[in-house]
Amino acid sequence: MDIVLEQVEYRYAANSPFEKKAVEDVTFKIPEGQCTAIIGHTGSGKSTLLLHLNALLKPTSGTVQIGERTVKAGRKEKDLKPIREKVGIVFQFPEQQLFEETVMKDICYGPMNFGVSEEEAKKRAAFWLKEVGMPEEVLGKSPFDLSGGQMRRVAIAGVLAMEPEVLVLDEPTAGLDPRGRREMMEMFYRLHKERGITLVLVTHSMEDAARYADKVVVMHKGRKVHEAPPRELFSDTARLAEWGLGVPEVVKFQRMLEEKTGKAFPKVCLTMDELADMLKLGGESL
Amino acid sequence: MMEKMIFGRYIPADSIAHRMDPRAKLIFVFAFIAIIFIANDVWGYVIAAAFTYISVKMSGLSLRFLISGLKPVMILIAFTFLLQLFFAREGNVVLDLGFIQIYEEGIRQAFFISMRFTLLVFMTSLLTLTTTPISITDGLESLLNPLKKIKFPAHELALMMSIALRFIPTLMDETDKIMKAQMARGSDMSSGPLKDRIKAIVPLMIPLFVNAFKRAEDLATAMEVRGYRGGEGRTKYRLLFWKARDTFALLSLVLLAAVLAAFRFWI
Repeated sequence: MDIVLEQVEYRYAANSPFEKKAVEDVTFKIPEGQCTAIIGHTGSGKSTLLLHLNALLKPTSGTVQIGERTVKAGRKEKDLKPIREKVGIVFQFPEQQLFEETVMKDICYGPMNFGVSEEEAKKRAAFWLKEVGMPEEVLGKSPFDLSGGQMRRVAIAGVLAMEPEVLVLDEPTAGLDPRGRREMMEMFYRLHKERGITLVLVTHSMEDAARYADKVVVMHKGRKVHEAPPRELFSDTARLAEWGLGVPEVVKFQRMLEEKTGKAFPKVCLTMDELADMLKLGGESL
Repeated sequence: MMEKMIFGRYIPADSIAHRMDPRAKLIFVFAFIAIIFIANDVWGYVIAAAFTYISVKMSGLSLRFLISGLKPVMILIAFTFLLQLFFAREGNVVLDLGFIQIYEEGIRQAFFISMRFTLLVFMTSLLTLTTTPISITDGLESLLNPLKKIKFPAHELALMMSIALRFIPTLMDETDKIMKAQMARGSDMSSGPLKDRIKAIVPLMIPLFVNAFKRAEDLATAMEVRGYRGGEGRTKYRLLFWKARDTFALLSLVLLAAVLAAFRFWI
């Protein structure tokens, strides 16, 4: 299922003295089965844009096409549930959305809202809890007795249990420790690879964008300013700086090395592994 | 409609009313509420209305803006008006509709009570429109200070008020966020039978309360860490200054009270 945004504009408090334009003239496509990263400085409009992906916000002008459905500005939309069933969003700090007495019930909440039977929902709960790396005993516990990191995992399981076709992640690893961060991202990436789930990654982390994305969309002051594969994007450090963005540490290191040795590498390395391979090659040829 | 509603909102501007000491404004409004009850005939209300009009002029806000902003409150006043009109049973019958009679006293009461109500709403709105919530709190604390002698927790009360006011926008943002998160999980708060809609509020309220308690605890810790120990010996960042205009405002009220009393008791 593709999501296509066309000239999307969103104004908060439209037609009032407090009107504020958050997103303007944004056009791009999120192709099925790919991982698309949306990056941008704080206040660039990424979070507002993300709410359009499952019709939580309706554009004040332009259209958003989600699979077969088209959400158009100024038209009344009925029955948005099928859209929300297909596009799951993991919000920033998703642990804040937990409310049930037990972890089991909380994970079942989403699927059951979409008409999944209780029995099936419970099966899914047990399955997805394991997928996010939590022991099964937790199912009977209150989510409020868990640690912050565990709550995060349970909340994510709650979204995954809806088994959406598109998974939108808004800073899913913010506030986690480095290991938890790595595990979480690897889990999402594995789901993406194994199950063909379309991933949309809204992030501040250039490392994550470089490592996981097929395509990176750059937002700046409410507009889409660039759209490119990560390797192309991160080769242009100066341009990124204009938008208040940096490059991954590994790219910084490579650039510094190139400057000091006076030798340019044939391509920008996006991960430590790539760089290590490149250096090894370089070492052998020396 | 809610966007236009101005009841309880602050409109920043620079006018005599804006610059007045919040203590003076508080006394002014509360005294006005008492004084308005002295008026009991047409002249009394004409004078009180004129007084209110002058007060509005002093605030630099346009009368039209006030009236359009207070429309929702006006509905309530209209309702009171009708109640009085139909249910007061004194004096001569003016109009007989068969199933209901309208009495002379009913008309009189209906006019006077809705007039009183209107003037009160205007005056109290003027207070909130020209005074930031934080200065209302400061003013209230300062006015209640003498009561500390009888162990009245004036400082604590003011602190509670300012904390509550401070967190209204935060809670609004959070409600919006959690609502969106639950909607993304298929909760439907805006359609379906009433029973389902009420049920859909639970997933919103529980996270909201949990977060509010967490935040209260954090705030308490943060205050403790910074050595907060109540109002004892604490100096103020925002100082209140009583100026001549504040005294004049209160004197004008005394004059109003005297005139109204004269109309009621001697003329």
